[in-house]
Amino acid sequence: MEISLFHYLIVAAALFTIGVFGIFVNRKNVIIILMSIELVLLSVNINLVAFSAYLQNLEGQIFAMIVLTVAAAEAAVGLAILVTYFRNRGNIAVEDINQMRG
Amino acid sequence: MQFSPEVLIVLGPLFAAVIAGLLQRYIGDKVAMTLTTASVGLSLLLSWPIFIDFVWGEGHEQLIELFTFIDVGGFTSTWSVRIDTMSAIMLVVVNTVSFLVHLYSWGYMSEDPHRARFFSYLSFFTFAMLALVTANDFLQLFFGWEGVGVASYLLIGFWYQKRSANDAAIKAFVVNRIGDFGFALGIMACFFFLGTIKFFPSEVGDLALFAGTVDGVEVAGQLERLANQALVLGELTLPAVELVAFLLFIGAMGKSAQFFLHVWLPDAMEGPTPVSALIHAATMVTAGVFMVCRLGELYHMAPLASGFVTIVGGTTALFAATVGLAQNDIKRVVAYSTCSQLGYMFFAAGVGAYNAAMFHLFTHAFFKALLFLGAGSVIHGMHHEQDMRYMGGVRKPMPITWAMMLIGTFALIGFGIPGLGGFAGFYSKDAIIEAAYGSHGIGAQFAFWCGVSAALLTSFYSWRLAFMTFEGKFRGNPDHHDDHAHGHTQEGHEEAMSPAAHHDDHHAHAKPADGSAPAHESPWVMLIPLFVLAAGAIAAGAIFAPYFLGAHAEGFWGHTIPLAHGEHHDFPDWVIWAPLVVTVIGFVFAVLFYLWKPGAAKAMAKGPVWAFLYNKWYFDEIYNFIFVKGARAIGDLFWKVGDQKIIDGLGPDGVTSASRMLSRGLRRVQTGFVFHYSFVMLIAAVAFGAYAIFAGIGGAP
Repeated sequence: MEISLFHYLIVAAALFTIGVFGIFVNRKNVIIILMSIELVLLSVNINLVAFSAYLQNLEGQIFAMIVLTVAAAEAAVGLAILVTYFRNRGNIAVEDINQMRG
Repeated sequence: MQFSPEVLIVLGPLFAAVIAGLLQRYIGDKVAMTLTTASVGLSLLLSWPIFIDFVWGEGHEQLIELFTFIDVGGFTSTWSVRIDTMSAIMLVVVNTVSFLVHLYSWGYMSEDPHRARFFSYLSFFTFAMLALVTANDFLQLFFGWEGVGVASYLLIGFWYQKRSANDAAIKAFVVNRIGDFGFALGIMACFFFLGTIKFFPSEVGDLALFAGTVDGVEVAGQLERLANQALVLGELTLPAVELVAFLLFIGAMGKSAQFFLHVWLPDAMEGPTPVSALIHAATMVTAGVFMVCRLGELYHMAPLASGFVTIVGGTTALFAATVGLAQNDIKRVVAYSTCSQLGYMFFAAGVGAYNAAMFHLFTHAFFKALLFLGAGSVIHGMHHEQDMRYMGGVRKPMPITWAMMLIGTFALIGFGIPGLGGFAGFYSKDAIIEAAYGSHGIGAQFAFWCGVSAALLTSFYSWRLAFMTFEGKFRGNPDHHDDHAHGHTQEGHEEAMSPAAHHDDHHAHAKPADGSAPAHESPWVMLIPLFVLAAGAIAAGAIFAPYFLGAHAEGFWGHTIPLAHGEHHDFPDWVIWAPLVVTVIGFVFAVLFYLWKPGAAKAMAKGPVWAFLYNKWYFDEIYNFIFVKGARAIGDLFWKVGDQKIIDGLGPDGVTSASRMLSRGLRRVQTGFVFHYSFVMLIAAVAFGAYAIFAGIGGAP
């Protein structure tokens, strides 16, 4: 069986959905939210690369590289915030992070 | 602006009042007192020749226009000094009583720390009253009217440390406002119908009343024009004359303390006694009578309004006399007597006997001022005791005051033998009662009977006052000394001022053995005014009756008031003798109750009728219940429901509570959980995306 664009898109959509649900449904840990965001970004990357190959156009891959860079930076910043937050509050349970509550 | 003695009469007291009032710190009490007394004295000296000229001389009418006060569009008002029979009478009444009261106050107020202020107010009052009586249009009359109201307010509340005095001052002012409202409406109605506020009989220089000629041109008299007009309100047609006369009389009711609006006058006795004599007996309260007589031609043409005047006057005469029976405060008895006598004047004016009304005003000024100043002398001598129950036996220590009060009493009850003569009140009061009997106007017979009954009661309460105060044994107040406004022990002072007091001196304070009161005779400066007024109370009637009422009336009055022409000069004998008979009956009853069997009066004082009279027919209570409580209830309604509930509830409070409710709902959306926000973002992004796709916005590439 040849692996077509369709399959790539299915995988990307599956990953995206998992990522989104990881953000919403997760009530445990902030790190999981960060990981889910990474998953969402990766699914987008898969889409970009898949279309790049399919369309014979390199721009998609360049975009994917940029997204990877941003994702790395975001992960770094996010983890740094997380560490600081943990130092201040003593835990990183999602349910306890509701200081913006009106 | 012309200058003449007549102008000086009016303006002199004003200048004195201003100087004494504003510069009292610099010129001191003595100078202020001298200045005000002298200026009123000067007015007095200048006004008597004018009056004498009207009585025995030619009578020179004058209209001195000082300057224009207001001249806007068709509306003109001029400050003027109008001299005619009416104002000449009022000038001598006002100036005589005012001067004597000034003089009397030297003694009566000698201990008061604010004498300059007192004299300044007195002079200001005199000015306002003179401006009132010399007015030639309604606006100046209204100015004087309000000016005397202000002076009355200031003087009732003169002892401002006393709460009751302040309350009485405010009450007088507020009740007068009700009358003034009607008065102002009357002036406006007059302007509405006529386009002028000048007095009716003097529209054109020569005082043409009905149609006349001015500079050869036929002019319809104002009253004729007024008589042809009416105010139409739907079905209702109000004749202009009736309307104007009625509204103006409402003002007179307030100022002259007539039935329903009388409640302020007895309370006004909180002021110093000279004030009561000047303002609340002799002059200001008679302003209403003066106005009705001044506009006699108008009331003459308004039978309904005149009937109202008659009925109100008759009712007041009787009502106030009944209340006077049961009062214990010596000044209140005299105050109700004033109210009653004003009722006489009004029903005289109501039945068309304007000359009798003015004559009673004239004689009443003398004897009522005499009674008030006599009462003041007693109060002064008794160290500010006003309650007659605690007096008695005052005749011995105060023989001169006693004699003067006796003359005043005789004049008040109108003692005199028909055909022979009598005291001043006899001429005027009998003329009024006879005029009421002879009149065919509305309410005239009612007023006649009111007048005769009131004469009986007048005699009774007058003698009651005299006996309770002067006769019998001194009773004294068990729980009292000097609780009155300005504490007042002054033996040495009195002695220095009055040699007459000397022989009574040993009576003072120590209770004398012979049952007479521990009082002292007043100083001469207080007694001399009593002598002058007593002379007036004895002789004013006999001297002036021919001019006010009798043979010379036509020449004396001229055209100033309409005179009833001799249709009813033959009264039945019983009408002529009735006042004397009831007066004697009243005297006999008073002797029975208060001299012969004092216990009878005490027994009577326990009955419900007495309580009804003592509480002044419960007028204060009823007014308190209806008007004061009613006003408060309306105020509460507007405050608590209108303001707090409706305006605040829908306004500021409503907006805040609505936004608070809204934000409480919105707050619940803000959970603070990051995933909720991001979920909303996602849903929104999906929704927008779906919308973009299905609506074709942005389009496919």
